[in-house]
Amino acid sequence: MIINFHAHHSPITLHSPCVGVGLRHSILLAVDEMTMNKIRPKHLALHKIKLPLPGIVSILHRVSGALLFIALPFLLFILDQSLRSIETYTNLTEVLAYPILKLALLGLMWAFLHHFCAGLRYLAIDLHLLSHISAARASSKWVMLVSLSLTIVLGVKVW
Amino acid sequence: MVNRVVTGAHYGLRDWLVQRVTAVVMAFYSVVVVVFLLLQPAFGYDTWAGLFSGNLMRTFSMLFLLSLFYHAWIGMRDIVMDYVKPASIRLTMHVLVILALVLYVIWSVQILWGL
Repeated sequence: MIINFHAHHSPITLHSPCVGVGLRHSILLAVDEMTMNKIRPKHLALHKIKLPLPGIVSILHRVSGALLFIALPFLLFILDQSLRSIETYTNLTEVLAYPILKLALLGLMWAFLHHFCAGLRYLAIDLHLLSHISAARASSKWVMLVSLSLTIVLGVKVW
Repeated sequence: MVNRVVTGAHYGLRDWLVQRVTAVVMAFYSVVVVVFLLLQPAFGYDTWAGLFSGNLMRTFSMLFLLSLFYHAWIGMRDIVMDYVKPASIRLTMHVLVILALVLYVIWSVQILWGL
């Protein structure tokens, strides 16, 4: 579902009619314009592109996935310590009570929740459940809303 | 009639499918664990370690972790392919990701079966 949008070479600003399922439409538009005026090489003016919300959900899906991958050794270490013995478990709970580590874990919880919700959205799109542009657009709002609010709820519970 | 020359290594569809199957496995596992945790009146080491004491849960957890690592490989490979242009750095990053994930598989077995 993730299309190589971010590395796409085109100076074209993408407008809101191409929100929908997201980037496919935008890329088709971009390709159309590219074939019309063949100025090469093309470079993306990233700051000029107003990324629609489905696009933001998409790039955050990548960012959260990469964050979770980088965190894997730490998460496996936490799992190891939590299961090894009652002593390592108690020690772990004490160490993870440090505010900076709590904050890091909360950030990872957001990454997980966003990746989870956005992933469910892509599965729904694959099953053609969100084929209408308004449904696709609304679902990207829900992804942001649910993942952020659940992160806040967790944050409140932990503090 | 246009005779299109199809190029590429043809692993795209398989990886697309794997990414979704592993995602469903992980989502199901996550929901099961979260529901279990929410149903506990009191939470502590005994509950947590008890959850992972049975062979069924250990196997299910291993399936989750294997899904996670395969999923992570496809995701990281796509990210590296998209943003890293020089072939040498790209190859190095691919190899590092694979090595890390293979080590995580071994580590996961050790964690879950208490070795």
